[in-house]
Amino acid sequence: MKRRRSERYERLTHPLIREDGVLRRATWEEALDKAAEGFRRNIERHGPDAFCMLACARSTNELNYVAQKFTRVVIGNNNVDSCNRTCHAPSVAGLAAVFGSGGGTSSYEEVEHADVIVMWGSSAREAHPIFFQHVLKGIRNGARLIAVDPRRTSTAQWADLWLGINVGTDIPLANAVAREIIHAGLVNTTFVERATEGYEEFAAAVEPWTLEAAEKVTGVPADAIRELAHAYATADRAQLVWTLGITEHHNATDNVRALINLALLTGHVGRYGSGLAPLRGQNNVQGGGDMGAIPNRLPGFQDILDPEVRAKFEAAWGVPIQPRYGLNLTQMLEAMGDGRITTAYVIGENPVQSEADTLHTIKRMSMLDHLVVQDIFLTKTAQMADVVLPAAAAWCESEGTFTNSERRVQRVRKALNPPGEARDDIEIICEIARRLGHDWRYESAEEVWNELRSLSPIHRGMTYERLERLQGIQWPCYSEDTLEPPYLHGRLWETDPAKRGKPAPFAVLKHSPPVDTLTDEYPIRLTTGRRLDSYNTGVQSSGFDSPLRKGETIDLCPEDAERLGVREGEKVRITSRRASVVAPVRIDPGLRPGLAFMTFHFPDEVDTNSLTIEATCPVAGTAEYKAAAIRVEKLEPAQIR
Amino acid sequence: MRGVPVEPPRRLVEITVDGETVRVPEGSTILDACASLGKDIPTLCYGDTLTPKNACRVCVVEVEGARTLAPACSRKAEPGMVVGTDTERVRHSRKVVLELLASSVDLSTTPRAQEWIEEYGADPDRFGPDAERLDRPAKVDNDLYVRDYDKCILCYKCVDACGEQWQNTFAIAVAGRGFDATISTEFDAPLPDSACVYCGNCIEVCPTGALSFKTEYDMRQEGTWDESRQTQVTTICSYCGVGCNVTLHVQDNRIVKVTSPHDNPVTHGNLCIKGRFGFQHVQNLPAKEA
Repeated sequence: MKRRRSERYERLTHPLIREDGVLRRATWEEALDKAAEGFRRNIERHGPDAFCMLACARSTNELNYVAQKFTRVVIGNNNVDSCNRTCHAPSVAGLAAVFGSGGGTSSYEEVEHADVIVMWGSSAREAHPIFFQHVLKGIRNGARLIAVDPRRTSTAQWADLWLGINVGTDIPLANAVAREIIHAGLVNTTFVERATEGYEEFAAAVEPWTLEAAEKVTGVPADAIRELAHAYATADRAQLVWTLGITEHHNATDNVRALINLALLTGHVGRYGSGLAPLRGQNNVQGGGDMGAIPNRLPGFQDILDPEVRAKFEAAWGVPIQPRYGLNLTQMLEAMGDGRITTAYVIGENPVQSEADTLHTIKRMSMLDHLVVQDIFLTKTAQMADVVLPAAAAWCESEGTFTNSERRVQRVRKALNPPGEARDDIEIICEIARRLGHDWRYESAEEVWNELRSLSPIHRGMTYERLERLQGIQWPCYSEDTLEPPYLHGRLWETDPAKRGKPAPFAVLKHSPPVDTLTDEYPIRLTTGRRLDSYNTGVQSSGFDSPLRKGETIDLCPEDAERLGVREGEKVRITSRRASVVAPVRIDPGLRPGLAFMTFHFPDEVDTNSLTIEATCPVAGTAEYKAAAIRVEKLEPAQIR
Repeated sequence: MRGVPVEPPRRLVEITVDGETVRVPEGSTILDACASLGKDIPTLCYGDTLTPKNACRVCVVEVEGARTLAPACSRKAEPGMVVGTDTERVRHSRKVVLELLASSVDLSTTPRAQEWIEEYGADPDRFGPDAERLDRPAKVDNDLYVRDYDKCILCYKCVDACGEQWQNTFAIAVAGRGFDATISTEFDAPLPDSACVYCGNCIEVCPTGALSFKTEYDMRQEGTWDESRQTQVTTICSYCGVGCNVTLHVQDNRIVKVTSPHDNPVTHGNLCIKGRFGFQHVQNLPAKEA
């Protein structure tokens, strides 16, 4: 197949405003005035709830803190969210419901010392390569790797055992693993009795999931399920790692709870080497949530519904905080569609191309009265804006911090000057805040960080000086002279019930197959994901010429390709219940009959997300990107360009 | 069951280096002991993130009572050891090693090579004009990095970094024998047809510049590469949530090379294709502003 160079985005170097329907160059004064005026107009007309903020999971903690503060203080609602919604919001929701905090429980280094590593719906070898180096160290140290994935990925190729699960049958598999652990007498009864609740109901609920019943639904041989159950339960230290194969489903929070159940059953949480590790997809998606750029939490992952928490922030910020959850990204888009939200401030996000069911998203966003987009590129979302504000690239043109998948807060430093007139994100938000009557001035990112530290107990001990000296600090860090262990929830192992705190609840979970059902008309299951050299909607990764990049393809197994009479490189039509696209075929023997794979890295050429379904998780709002029903058709000669 | 396991305390070993006594934790190398005394031992094939390969012999020292010189980078300090780092025998050996390398290989981009050649009085030309040289053309077969094996001293660090010590991709190995031995992909295929995944972790450990960013290679060809005008700032990669530390080498407000700190707990000096080469998007400017 021919290698290809994709279209490149150029940096935004000056502000743009829409005039007579087209975007024209503007001065900063014009653009900032117009941005602020539009927000004011909409709030006066429809009230503060007509505004929403999309903060940037790629920008710094400091930007996310200021963005959520803008929403809560300058505007006065809780409608702030980010693309965490499209990836790991269910992990945060699931972990928070069980343990009270939404971070992965272990550290990368612990993976190197585990006996069993289960990677469930995670192709870290491609999507998180440097995390996978820690896994490889673990394997070299003698760990067994077990992969659960519909595809035999490059990650699965390193595994002792690969469970090729049918898409969307994670709960039956997890329930069968749990039942086998219970029946084999491998439950960690000490831990279950001390630290958990709801075991009896859980055990009763998984009882129907015999190995044979699960084999029928999941497609995984009973012996392999048994082996996974015994390996995980008998390991001294076991890590359970997952990525979007678990979370991009309509019942994603249940999927996460299904995995957490297994850790509770076996006591593989709260101690060194054992833990639960969701691998985050973006450089600061963990931090964005930690900073309160989500609709239900204030900075430091503190619940908005807690009156004491609100009182603390109200005292610090001098305004009342709405005592209710705001809208999440999915609900924001719905509210744009029905006119409840009329103005939006989008920082560094590209929902037009990243959300499921693209056309629907465009339609909803085009109904906004006033859209302000702050970005480093003129993305498809920015092209719809009334005001476009050129920003500095957070990771190399500004100071601040990011928080990674092991909760490590690390310093981001300015290496380059931003191009043209582009400005620092925080500076831009403060300019707009000042125009809306709030005299915000931050001298430095550190000043923002210190304000956050004064309000968030889990970040309190992290001065910039310590972050520098210790190469980052994992939260929680309660004081400037202490460090906590690298894993969370050690309290669950305490013998004193008072120190042990709230027990971790098991979840009773029902199987709910993918919403987009397979029929004769749409017989193939399409699942989506990343490739090694590309990233999300391709806005960043199209910037460099990767020798590995081959553009968008539809990956089929050799059997399906033969049945359809198509060859590698041949263009085919792919149709779902929502849209139809054309893409070339790539043959992947790691797929099984009836399973196809596409990325979403080249939306300007092949809009994969026009095929995906916007069936969302009711708890976390994440769409079911991983399971669409499609048919693949050979093109007639006349249709091939 | 609780708590973070800590290694048992290590005993200290006392050795003498050039007449000075020094105590180092058991398991330390002579090189570690020298470093703790502030002694500057030349090294080429030694890598702080790799298992010593003992290939180049430029770090040799004299251990009292030993028949042969010992490589400081791999020889462990033993109680009572008496080490000389600057004896006549050591100086002579280093001189010959440098002469042999510099007579056959282009050391022009090897940091400190020229300084050591002068320090040890090495004369690479003494074998005469007929001394065999590698004289291989640089392999420029992709947009990301260049392999200039004319500069390769066969230290094998790239092979170890690509193989089981870090990357586990196994795209390269040693092919051929003797003077014709070379680092090669399978069947000497161009990189785009090889197993290479362009993590650049081989470039990270290459001591001679045989492996380099295409940006660096092109700038050297144009004569614009100038390390004295470069800054190095460590920040965090903007792809995925692993949080890799990337050190951006910047010249004239443009990123020209990316490395990663070797002592970093997330990366140990390793990156993937996006972290290593995916920076270009921030400096793709509109034509008139570039």
